[in-house]
Amino acid sequence: MNAEELFELATKERASQARIAHKMVVCMGTACQSAGSERVQEQIETEVKKRGLQECQIAQGGCRGLCAAGPMVSVEPGQILYQAVTPDDAAAIVESLGNTPVKRLHCDTESPFFTRQHRIVLEHAGIINPDRITDYIAVNGYTAFVKTLTEMSPGEVIDQIKRSGLRGRGGAGYPTALKWSTVAKAIAERKYIVCNGDEGDPGAFMDRSVMEADPHRLIEGMLIAAYAVGAEEGFIYVRAEYPLAVKRLRHAIRQAEKHGLLGHNICGTHFNFKLDIRLGAGAFVCGEETSLIASIEGKRGNPRPRPPYPAEHGLWGYPTLINNVETFANVVPILRDGGDAFARIGTENSKGTKVFALTGSVERTGLIEVPMGITLREIVYDIGGMPEGKRFKAVQTGGPSGGCIPEEHLDITVDYESLMTVGSFMGSGGMIVMDDTACMVDVAKFFVEFCMSESCGKCIPCRVGTAQMYHLLHRITAGEATFDDLALLEELCDVIKHTSLCGLGQGAPNPVKSTLRYFRDEYVAHIVDKTCPAGVCNALTKKVHI
Amino acid sequence: MSRVVTLKVNEIHVSGRADETILDIAREHDIFIPTLCQVDGLSNIGACRLCLVEVKGSNKLLPACATLVTEGMEILTDTEQLSRYRRMTVEMLFAEGNHICSVCVVNGHCELQDMAVKMGIDHIRLPYFYPNRNVDASHQRFAIDHNRCILCTRCVRICDEIEGAHTWDVMNRGIDSRIITDLNQPWGESETCTSCGKCIQVCPTGALFEKGKAVGEMTKRYAFLSYLTHMREVRK
Repeated sequence: MNAEELFELATKERASQARIAHKMVVCMGTACQSAGSERVQEQIETEVKKRGLQECQIAQGGCRGLCAAGPMVSVEPGQILYQAVTPDDAAAIVESLGNTPVKRLHCDTESPFFTRQHRIVLEHAGIINPDRITDYIAVNGYTAFVKTLTEMSPGEVIDQIKRSGLRGRGGAGYPTALKWSTVAKAIAERKYIVCNGDEGDPGAFMDRSVMEADPHRLIEGMLIAAYAVGAEEGFIYVRAEYPLAVKRLRHAIRQAEKHGLLGHNICGTHFNFKLDIRLGAGAFVCGEETSLIASIEGKRGNPRPRPPYPAEHGLWGYPTLINNVETFANVVPILRDGGDAFARIGTENSKGTKVFALTGSVERTGLIEVPMGITLREIVYDIGGMPEGKRFKAVQTGGPSGGCIPEEHLDITVDYESLMTVGSFMGSGGMIVMDDTACMVDVAKFFVEFCMSESCGKCIPCRVGTAQMYHLLHRITAGEATFDDLALLEELCDVIKHTSLCGLGQGAPNPVKSTLRYFRDEYVAHIVDKTCPAGVCNALTKKVHI
Repeated sequence: MSRVVTLKVNEIHVSGRADETILDIAREHDIFIPTLCQVDGLSNIGACRLCLVEVKGSNKLLPACATLVTEGMEILTDTEQLSRYRRMTVEMLFAEGNHICSVCVVNGHCELQDMAVKMGIDHIRLPYFYPNRNVDASHQRFAIDHNRCILCTRCVRICDEIEGAHTWDVMNRGIDSRIITDLNQPWGESETCTSCGKCIQVCPTGALFEKGKAVGEMTKRYAFLSYLTHMREVRK
């Protein structure tokens, strides 16, 4: 498919879409599906048939973000969004087409939850049907790639990425352009490109939503990257716990192959690219790039020391570019609108937007995409909103390698560096809000337990150290600990952080360190007074009642 | 041919080839760096973390066994911080398994024991786990006592890389990791084991041993390994 054919297909699709009088998109993200959106869709279809309505399209869409209020249904024209739709509401919705919208189901898209967001990665989520490549092409999909392939040199592509200031969205924030140029410079008979979709942080589902809502965006981003670094084969590594994402990606890859956007001599050029999916078997550590590579190679998913980095020595020893799902999803808008336009969003050193999975004690849980530089307070209070009668205590970012940020630091901006200064970490985008019913020792114990059971067992500090930390935290929450145990815990944190082999171990002490930094009094209360101030730790609560 | 480089180890100027590791250079100059998972002739995996050293300009500690030397590198192998970390790491091993030297076949010839003596570890500050681990004595000549295993994976590597049988591997993860024979069968029923005994000789502790040896009677000899790998390289 060349540029003209792509343009023709887009025009044709837009014309056919314009003929549709009413378009209803039912959210088929995992959250809405589990809330029953499939039955809602069936019922809407029945109602439409019953009334014999013509020129009415019912489509499946991706995540709109407000997962707490699912299932969501949007109606076009009019940009009407309905929330918490049940199959019984289908009749009312179909009845209202062309008239006044159903008021009781109305979801206010003018609320801060929507207006404070800046959607780039998720711009098509919930708008297009992820199962139809023509839907994606109609919103100018694949034009950035075709333009890149036919009009730009690989060096120019990397230059645009450099101008954009894009940094890895997997969490560490490594400059994307630097990674790309390293792989591009490597001399080898073949190169690989890998997309890391092994999202495993507790409570995080950003990548899942991107893969489910807009799979072609990811494929296009990978195509551009493959052209820039000179790779002819790529893998998307997705965890098997995301069956819907896998299904949509598989379908999307087949469609792209049929349209000549994947395969040999793409757009009549010499560029070939083959894309495949590999499923992760549920090990969190496989999100670490060297473990991920081992896993794709069919080995046990253990990390290995770096250097050499995958950019030099990756899949089967060849130079390999590994980026996160969200990073690849950001590539398309950069090439489409230019790196400079992208660089205008965000802060000095952190450009663009970041998708967060906002969960925990907030009114509106769900998926949000905010510009870098927004404050945590805006996210927690304006976008999320504290439930009535609850007092904010801390927000946990960065998953099991992250930390808890208390009220006093809520005004820091969201960017890679600021989060580090308060002892946390950008991470892949999990954001858990906790109110005063949360015991911070218990929270630390939860994350340490997660790291302990997800440690691969290869290096001693992570294998034994995390288990020792868990053991000590258990003693504290059971009211059996002394200050010697606390001192030992702090020493363990130091050793594990500095000596572990990979990021899992190096980050494992972070939840303990950050809670000790801001909530030491709670640890002391557990040790000295044998009480749990939040009333969470069972052993101690009982003692108080007796 | 590899390039030659000059570098500094503990403030001493030394030279090396770019394909040599920090550990190679240190040993050449009689600078002691503790190791447990590393054996000459097997791949270096950087797992035990005892050989971590400070390298100027790197914000992370680097494993000496798996880091190649570069021009102008400045390495410190024995700082106060490193000794603290090494000691704690060895203590972790003692707390993890059931290491009762007085009833062990390699008492007096054990690398873990030697390491503890060298580091002056006379007590363990960490709580012991006392795990419930089993002993597999189903093989005719050898046995494995998981209580003494420190998961250095020397046996896994020598069986795969040198013998080519790949009888050993690791199952489970984290603190539940365990060395297994084939697909977790009794050793005596293994179809791949050639009974060559190489794993016995490289095991740093008394986890793998020959039957019929009493306490303290088993000594490990793995000088054959560097000879074997050398001869193989020569033949190539």
